[in-house]
Amino acid sequence: MSALLTALGVCKNFGLTPALRGVDLSVDAGEVLAVMGPSGSGKSTLLHCLAGILLPDAGEVTFDGERVDRMPDRQRSRLRRTAFGFVFQFGQLVPELPALENIALPLLLAGQRRRVAETAAEQWLARLGLDGLGHRVPGELSGGQAQRVAVARALVAGPRLVFADEPTGSLDSVAADQVMDMFVDTAKSEGVGIVVVTHEARVAAYADRTVTVRDGRVVQPAVVS
Amino acid sequence: MTVSYALLGLLELADRHGYDLKQSYDRRFGAARPLRFGQVYRTLAQLERDGLIEIVGVEPGAGPERKRYSITAEGVTDLERWLSEPEDPQPHLQTVLFTKVVLALQSGRNAEQFLDTQRERHLAVMRELTAARRTASLQDSLLLDYQLFHIEADLRWIDHAAGRLDALVDKIQEIRL
Repeated sequence: MSALLTALGVCKNFGLTPALRGVDLSVDAGEVLAVMGPSGSGKSTLLHCLAGILLPDAGEVTFDGERVDRMPDRQRSRLRRTAFGFVFQFGQLVPELPALENIALPLLLAGQRRRVAETAAEQWLARLGLDGLGHRVPGELSGGQAQRVAVARALVAGPRLVFADEPTGSLDSVAADQVMDMFVDTAKSEGVGIVVVTHEARVAAYADRTVTVRDGRVVQPAVVS
Repeated sequence: MTVSYALLGLLELADRHGYDLKQSYDRRFGAARPLRFGQVYRTLAQLERDGLIEIVGVEPGAGPERKRYSITAEGVTDLERWLSEPEDPQPHLQTVLFTKVVLALQSGRNAEQFLDTQRERHLAVMRELTAARRTASLQDSLLLDYQLFHIEADLRWIDHAAGRLDALVDKIQEIRL
C-alpha cells in the first residue's frame, strides 16, 4: 500500500533559525501517527508543513501522489478544506454558534444545504455521546465536550487526513481518553489517516506508531534485535 | 500484607471456603499474579490465629475437609483501620535506568542513544497496554491505567534526563570516585 502522505527531507527555517532539518515520514490511510518531542523541537512546524499551512524551504510533501509544496495557494487552500481536517488545543469553535452549527460549518462552507449539513452534524453528536447538547454554545460545554465537538467538526466533511496539534492538551485524562478513542475508532472504521502532535506519552500510546522529533530531526532509535 | 486484607475484604462480603476465596481473589485482583493455594491456606491460618477470622463449619469434600471461614468483629475493625490509613507513596524507582545513564555519562558513552532506545521500548509497552485497555472491563482498565501512569512517569524522567545530558556529563565526570 502506498502512503497517503509522505515527507522527504523537509527543511524549514524561521529567519536564521532552522526549525526543521530534513524530516522524512509517512502516514498511511487508517493509520494514527503520533509526533512527540520537547517544546521547541519543531513538531508543530512539521505538522504545519505536512498540512500545507507552511511551505517547506526544502524537501517534498506529497499527498495522494500530488506535491503539496508545489501547489498554488488556491489549490492548497482547497486541499485543506476538502481533504484535511484540523483539531487544535484551544479556541477553534465559533463562540456564537451552537455546537450543532459549529459541526455543520465545514459542510455549509462547502455549499451543502443546511438541512443535509445539520443532519450529518446530528449524527456526529450522537456518535460522540453528545446527544441533546447540539443547541449549546461552546461556552456552555465542558472542555472535553467542546473538544469532541471540535473533533466532530474536523471529521464531518469526510476528510482523508486529520491533523491534530495537542488535541488533548487542555483536557483531563478521562476526557483525553474519550477524544483519543474517537480518533482511533474513526481512523479504523473510515480509513482516515491521523497525525497527532502531542507531548503526552499516554496520548501517543493510542497511535499505531510514534515518531520523536528533536532539534528539527526525527530521532532514529538504535535498532535492537 | 495486601493479600491478607484482600482476603479479609472478600470474607466481609460472605463466608467462604479457601478454594472459593482463591477463585474470587484471582478474578478480582489476581489478573497479573494469581494466588497459590499454599499461600491462601497459610494466610487464612495466620488470620485465624490473630482472631480476625474464624472457622464456622467443616464439611467433608472430595479430598481434605473444607473449612468455611467467617470474618470476626475484630477482623472488620482491622480491615476498616487498614482501608482508612493512607499508604506511604512508593517511589517505584527503576534504578536500573538511572544507573545506566550515569554509567554511560561517566564513561563517555552515548547516553542519549540509550535513552532514545529506552523511550521506544516504554512507548511500545504503553501502546500494548492502551490497546488492551480499549476492550477491557472497567475494573481491568483501572489497573491498566495505573500501569500506564507509572510507565508514563518513567518516560517523563527519560525526557527530562535527555534534555539535560550536556549539563550532566560535565558534573558527573567532575566527581572523582
